[in-house]
Amino acid sequence: MHLTTRRSDAGLVIGVEESRIDAAVAIEFKEAVRRAAAGSDEAVILDLSQVTFLDSSGLGAVVAVMKLLAPQRALELAGLTPSVARVFRLTRMDSVFTIHPRAPVGADPALKATG
Amino acid sequence: MALKSPPFPEKGAEWPADTRADDASSGTGAEGRFTRRFTASDRTTRVVLAALDARLVKLGVDEDDRASAELILAEALNNICEHAYAGKGGPVEMIVDIRRAGLTCLLCDCGQPIPGGAPPGGGLPIIDPPDNVPEGGFGWHIIRCLSTDLRYRRDNGWNRLSFRVIFASFD
Repeated sequence: MHLTTRRSDAGLVIGVEESRIDAAVAIEFKEAVRRAAAGSDEAVILDLSQVTFLDSSGLGAVVAVMKLLAPQRALELAGLTPSVARVFRLTRMDSVFTIHPRAPVGADPALKATG
Repeated sequence: MALKSPPFPEKGAEWPADTRADDASSGTGAEGRFTRRFTASDRTTRVVLAALDARLVKLGVDEDDRASAELILAEALNNICEHAYAGKGGPVEMIVDIRRAGLTCLLCDCGQPIPGGAPPGGGLPIIDPPDNVPEGGFGWHIIRCLSTDLRYRRDNGWNRLSFRVIFASFD
């Protein structure tokens, strides 16, 4: 599971550098995001712009991450591709998350790769 | 339902991932049959879906329609892995008939039957943030939203689930 992290004015941006979040990687995804978010108390913006496939297992993993961070830290989503956006819409989970068209531009250009 | 499944091996037999049973094209360029036998697992689901997608690309199926097909198949195969076989694996046969207007899919497994003898209704779980946000229970809702003619029957120890996906881009 390849993730990148960077700071922005809106919070910690975690970029998912994978094309799929499905049953095969759902648990790994949840753990990797938890590790990437650790050691900070900022809101997390999950940049999903590279993800072209998300099934209900992947959706469940995103919800699990939100619960891990709550109530102190918010989880917001950014850059949903059309097929991923449709899963959120079909399941009405688009009403649960704040969804940004794209991730905020970073104040800190230093990229840290994890996972 | 016109699909007929070839004979299965003995119950509990293992099939290697991505065994190509038969791939026939009708020659029209937009129609064909995609058949796979494999042992249920999260990984083989990926392999089979990638192979089906490549086939749909070749047949010129629109991106949105391919995304629908992939999502429904993923949900149905996840159910087989997680519920019918409870993560232990077992044989799956998948037969997809592709036409210009859509595709018909038949999935067979010899795992546990669907409780109650019928696929669950398509209702969503209760979503009431922040305290009540479900992590699961979306699969059948997605399948029912994106497919038609959903049928299930238990046949001599086998689950047979079939459905159609109408291609939105077809006119």
